[in-house]
Amino acid sequence: MADLGLKAKDFKSDQEVRWCPGCGDYAILAAVQGFMPELGIPRENIVFVSGIGCSSRFPYYMNTYGMHSIHGRAPAIATGLSTSRPDLSVWVVTGDGDSLSIGGNHLIHALRRNVNLKILLFNNRIYGLTKGQYSPTSELGKITKSTPMGSLDRPFNPVSVALGAEGTFVARTLDSDRKHLTSVLRAAAAHQGTALIEIYQNCNIFNDGAFDLLKESDSREDWIIPLEHGRPIRFGKDGSKAVVRASDGSLTVADQVDEDDPRLVIHDAHVENPSYAFSLARLSSSDARYAPMGVIRSVTRPTYDHLMTDQLDTAAAAAPGDESALQKLILGNDTWQVA
Amino acid sequence: MAKDVRQLERVVIRIAGDSGDGMQLTGDRFTQETAQFGNDLATFPNFPAEIRAPQGTLAGVSSFQLHFADHDILTPGDRPDVLVAMNPAALKANLGDLRDGATLIVDSHDFTTRALARVGWDSNPLEDGTLEKFQLHALDLTQMTLDALADTGLSRKDAGRSKNMFALGLLSWMYSRPTEGTIAFIEHKFARKPEIAGANITAFRAGYNFGETTEAFAVAYEVKPATLPTGTYRNITGNLALAYGLIAASKRSGLPLFLGAYPITPASDILHELSRHKRFGVRTFQAEDEIAGIGAALGAAFGGSLAVTTSSGPGIALKGETIGLAVSLELPLVICDIQRGGPSTGLPTKTEQSDLLQAMFGRNGEAPVPIVAAQSPGDCFDAAIEAARIALTYRTPVFLLSDGYLANGSEPWRVPSLDELPEIPVCFASEPNGPDGSFLPYLRDPETLARPWAVPGTPGLEHRVGGIEKADKTGNISYDPDNHDFMVRTRQAKVDRVAAALPPLAVDDPSGDARVLVLGWGSTYGPIGAAVRRVRRSGVPIAQAHLRHLNPFPGDLGAVLNRYDRVVIPEMNLGQLAMMIRAKYLIDAISITQVRGLPFKAEELAEMLQGVVDHG
Ligand SMILES: Cc1ncc(C[n+]2csc(CCOP(=O)(O)OP(=O)(O)O)c2C)c(N)n1
Ligand code: SF4
Ligand SMILES: [Mg+2]
Repeated sequence: MADLGLKAKDFKSDQEVRWCPGCGDYAILAAVQGFMPELGIPRENIVFVSGIGCSSRFPYYMNTYGMHSIHGRAPAIATGLSTSRPDLSVWVVTGDGDSLSIGGNHLIHALRRNVNLKILLFNNRIYGLTKGQYSPTSELGKITKSTPMGSLDRPFNPVSVALGAEGTFVARTLDSDRKHLTSVLRAAAAHQGTALIEIYQNCNIFNDGAFDLLKESDSREDWIIPLEHGRPIRFGKDGSKAVVRASDGSLTVADQVDEDDPRLVIHDAHVENPSYAFSLARLSSSDARYAPMGVIRSVTRPTYDHLMTDQLDTAAAAAPGDESALQKLILGNDTWQVA
Repeated sequence: MAKDVRQLERVVIRIAGDSGDGMQLTGDRFTQETAQFGNDLATFPNFPAEIRAPQGTLAGVSSFQLHFADHDILTPGDRPDVLVAMNPAALKANLGDLRDGATLIVDSHDFTTRALARVGWDSNPLEDGTLEKFQLHALDLTQMTLDALADTGLSRKDAGRSKNMFALGLLSWMYSRPTEGTIAFIEHKFARKPEIAGANITAFRAGYNFGETTEAFAVAYEVKPATLPTGTYRNITGNLALAYGLIAASKRSGLPLFLGAYPITPASDILHELSRHKRFGVRTFQAEDEIAGIGAALGAAFGGSLAVTTSSGPGIALKGETIGLAVSLELPLVICDIQRGGPSTGLPTKTEQSDLLQAMFGRNGEAPVPIVAAQSPGDCFDAAIEAARIALTYRTPVFLLSDGYLANGSEPWRVPSLDELPEIPVCFASEPNGPDGSFLPYLRDPETLARPWAVPGTPGLEHRVGGIEKADKTGNISYDPDNHDFMVRTRQAKVDRVAAALPPLAVDDPSGDARVLVLGWGSTYGPIGAAVRRVRRSGVPIAQAHLRHLNPFPGDLGAVLNRYDRVVIPEMNLGQLAMMIRAKYLIDAISITQVRGLPFKAEELAEMLQGVVDHG
């Protein structure tokens, strides 16, 4: 990509950042601003569209074009922008409530269409902006202001939802791991079509420590399942844990797996059939603490934007679309003269 | 037999049958023949919401009414002079609307005891004197069609399907219509099924020949062409005209058209139509719901398209929050509401004008939106261009109100030459407009109060917009009380500015002596006009004015209203415009309302207007 000589600071707007001190959103903002120069895309061709929530304030802090819209609707708005302006690089920033409660419908439809959007889903497993109600990703039994006796609804796993919609690019990363976050952004930016990145984000006010297990040095290696395309899926402090394929074809975590164990799974993000990626996502259902991280799925499919443009081009090549053609169209075939 | 041809000035024909009988197609074809012949006309299709309601039931009756004349007319007519009924249900459902002495052509084929019982008749109305007031022609149209197609090898069922064409042939003879167009149409429509095309043409000709040879019809009629303003004419429905108007606005503004929509009756045909015109750079997006439809349109507007969303009342309700966002972002957006009977699902295939206040106020906060309304099917073209003009000039969402009656009804339309249409100049911001090369996205044009439209891709103008209140000029988030007060008033002032560029309201008051003004909006234009003519024919002066712009009102509306002793406002709702007029002008307007899912009948409306003239 072209080096335009841009630096991270060129992507900082003049607006004061107003998240709570210590909020994970800061780290994500810094990582995104740090990554943007690498894109090699001039600032004017980049647009950030968000919904409503703490996370959705994001566009105000980016010195690009941006729209802070309404709750849940960012994927729909971005779809109209991206399909009508395929020349732009369009990014969506959304929260777990924004994307999976009120905007769930738009999210799955953007994914199934494969609109050329990069969707950053900040998952803090809580409603931040409205001060701490449980969200659709909060764990069962969560005690919050609106659920004093514990929440009753089972959470969504955003990665499973995205895979259920057969999203072409689905990844997961962590706010505090700048290097990993940046590598996932890089892979998403290179992807043609909808890229969904779930970013585990700490809300230190209403759900502090939600991801501590994945952050603290004495536990993270036990619970993060690192996914790298073409590499065996091994983890654990001494690297002895691994994802293996059981005799019934399902994936499970096993301990003490040798390098040459035939059951050992080599990660392949490009498998067409989403069931493999889905099985990876479901590893957390055996133990909710497991967190597969990285690019879970990345497959090639034409983008909606290009398919739509192709239809316009095909139609324009088949028949003229100038003013005289329009005149003919509105005249139709059954006219008469009044003299 | 020598044809005895009698001249008529005008005729109202209604064709009715089962929804599966092809009544709408038959009506369309007869309309085309009539248009080709040069009559003025107005149509009124009326069909059930169910795709295939049970056969032979009153609920399943579909009808098409056509009024044609040798002079200009305004409505599809109150009471049919002729009813063609294809079965007992169609006869029963429409009988009450006929004028005394009307001609009845009834397909007697299905008048069995069982079929009669289904619609609650215990004796046969064709024989028991029920129809004495009418000129009844009970004919076995189905059998005659079957006989005509006996040699084609088609099954009875398939052959019977052509009975509508037999009826069309008969009508074409009765009213001396040209037939070539229909034959060409059938050939084209069934080009892939030549045996069906052949059967339909045979049935059509058989019907025509039956008229000519039978003794049953002693006379044929002729309605001379109407003298309309010179030009090239076609017949057009409101939805088609609206779709064409949008494409024309796109051409005149030089912006690509983007439609985001979710299917809903009676708006879907606009989506269907626009999706066929990609060669003109038209992008259509069938969204997952109404909210996504308008959301995508708003995204496209941000990117520099002429953005449109189309829906009907229930969908507009869902779009409310996004319309508010568009008001706040101050981006151009055309919102078409093809109104239907409400509330809730209401009467999906019937007409109503009950979304005026929804368009006006159906949002949170002070969220003013200009509103324009179309008054006739052909007028939907001009109304669409006007809505686009306001949206683009003032950078605002604009409501375009049409309704089911305009959407599906048709009339002859003088096709404009595109270069006669107003140019819609649009200029994107390309340069910084603030101090030190900064860009102020909310710095306004002093005349229109429009803000600059800086589309992504423009270097140096990167900026952020959002639904949170913005500081004047910079557009940055602001919670300052004075700023909010200022911005709320400024957004209202901008909408009010639209009135400054409007022409004076046209008032039709030929003698200048009228004391009563009838004020209307939308599709009541035809019925009000026809009713006003009736009142005038009785020698009483009465004035008429019809509003294209409902928000803001034209600047001289108050003065016009004050010239009259009484202002009468007929509406197909419970008095929504009347409420707005009373509130704004403190005038004791008389509201005449009707919510039957049907347009006003000119005769009834004329009586009510006469009542106002007589008694105040
Ligand atoms: C239509 C509508 N309903 C409700 C709200 C209130 N609301 C604002 S943000 C939010 C939830 C945000 O949670 P999430 O998407 O997880 O974002 P976070 O603040 O956690 O980043 C809610 C319910 C709103 N702004 N608009
Ligand atoms: S409430 Fe939570 S998510 Fe919102 S800014 Fe504060 S810490 Fe961040
Ligand atoms: Mg959240």
